[in-house]
Amino acid sequence: MFVTILILGLVLGGTYALLALGLTLQYGIARIMNLAYGELTLAAAFVLVALMQGFGISPLLTVALIGPVGYVVGSLLYTVMMKPLVARSSGGKLDVDSILATFGLLFLIQGVLLLVFGPNFTSISYLDKGVTIFGVTVALNRLIALGICVVVGGALVIALATTRWGLALRAVAQTPTSAPLVGLDVNKVARQGFALGTALAATAGATVAMYQTFSASGGVVFTMKALVIVIMGGVGNVGGALAAGLLLGLVETFVATAIDPGLTLAATFAIFLLVLLFRPQGLFGKA
Amino acid sequence: MKYVIYPVALALLAAVPFVASDYALGLLIGMVTYVTLASAWAMFSGPTHYVSLATVAFYGAGAYVVAMLNEVMAYPMILLITAGVGAAMALVVGLSTLRLAGVYFVIFSFGLAELIRQLITWYEINIYGTLGRYIFVDITARGIYWQMLALAAITIGLTAYINRSRLGLALRVIGDDEVVAAHSGIPLARMKLMAFVLSATILTLAGAIASPRWVYVEPAIVFNPTVSFLTVIMALFGGANRLWGPALGAIPLFLAFEYLSAHFPDVYPIFLGALFIGVVFLFPNGVLAGIEGLRRGKKEETA
Repeated sequence: MFVTILILGLVLGGTYALLALGLTLQYGIARIMNLAYGELTLAAAFVLVALMQGFGISPLLTVALIGPVGYVVGSLLYTVMMKPLVARSSGGKLDVDSILATFGLLFLIQGVLLLVFGPNFTSISYLDKGVTIFGVTVALNRLIALGICVVVGGALVIALATTRWGLALRAVAQTPTSAPLVGLDVNKVARQGFALGTALAATAGATVAMYQTFSASGGVVFTMKALVIVIMGGVGNVGGALAAGLLLGLVETFVATAIDPGLTLAATFAIFLLVLLFRPQGLFGKA
Repeated sequence: MKYVIYPVALALLAAVPFVASDYALGLLIGMVTYVTLASAWAMFSGPTHYVSLATVAFYGAGAYVVAMLNEVMAYPMILLITAGVGAAMALVVGLSTLRLAGVYFVIFSFGLAELIRQLITWYEINIYGTLGRYIFVDITARGIYWQMLALAAITIGLTAYINRSRLGLALRVIGDDEVVAAHSGIPLARMKLMAFVLSATILTLAGAIASPRWVYVEPAIVFNPTVSFLTVIMALFGGANRLWGPALGAIPLFLAFEYLSAHFPDVYPIFLGALFIGVVFLFPNGVLAGIEGLRRGKKEETA
């Protein structure tokens, strides 16, 4: 029982961590609170299913290619939609503006998804074979999903921590007003941060599609979970988001197996409430 | 002068059901409902800029209270309980988020409707036994219209009163600059909490009053996220900082949405999203302010 929850929880948490990583990049670096994040995730999930069912393209190939596609989409989205908002808003106004604009975007994308793919729940069976680890049977597709999350998330954390490019991103995240003083193009870095976040959303969405059932109207839940993880980990804290994502996966799996699967969102909210009440700066932040 | 105009206008509006057809009355109820929702939303979110995305969480909760209690007690009693439930929900949300930066409040409100929908679904399936309830209340469409009209009048009247009171001033200062507000000795959390609870109570009551129109309710029907979405866009479109802004935004948009959802049900959500983005970009302070800005601009040109 305990080992089952641990392993299944880590598998789910891996996807959550990847989701939250993208959102924390968008909010931390580009300062855009993106409420349409879950819809971008779902769009990638639908693309994977459509490519597999329509053209027989292997989901693994889609997962590999959807990241770069997401990057381009995110880059365009930032240039067309977010940059004008950043240009006109100062201080706290950007939060309100970006929340409202992406709230509209949420319904726009959801409308397109409903129109193209319909309102039904979708799932595919891909590599749905059981593999036994430590006496627990886990579907192979879930393990692959976890592997993808570990590789992508790990590579990103290392790149942010060690490369010059990562340094630039972290500098803008920390103090956007001082970054130009050391020759950083804040607008360019913000666009990169937003695009990278979108790429992660797309990758996470494609991995979700490999093992989970989803529908066009479920994007809010993805966004909500990613937001809660970001707050738990501390806004802009990449390592915190990874840890909090795994933690949420564990808690959710525990609630689903030991109590009731219908209460997983309630568990997410309960954690959120506790964090807000006792550690609003995040589990790993300093007061 | 306005002490004459407003009562007369209200009396005229109250007399409309005697001449309107059933279809027209249905439209009117929808319109007045959204005037109430948008005005109540703007009561808190307008001056403070704390965007609440949880309108349907309160509206739906109001409807659900009626669905759960309509067989066991009298209607006026249910309305009282509804108001209490709305205020209690708002207190929980407010106490946990309004002491912090605005973003936390937005995030909490963003997921609140989905949370309550899932909780009620879970409760109905596991404890009540069946998903879905019937509302049989002895209230005609006219009765609903009059109640909703009264609630709309109260909402706008209360907003006007708040705007002139110390609470309204405090809320505007908070919206302009929270640091300045804190330094002026304004109790930030208490002021925000008061306005939020008032606004949420009205939203919940609106849901209770509108609920007999449904007859059959189920969480997926009642907690429709489009309601939250429409409320925000209507208030923004008219201008969330003005007394009559939300009402003026609600009426044309409600009619437009009614037409579109009937004639183009498939592309309707896409259109809504695009319109919303358009409003955020073109009229950041609402159409009323936009028109005034244009007129002022012209005057300055001629002067």
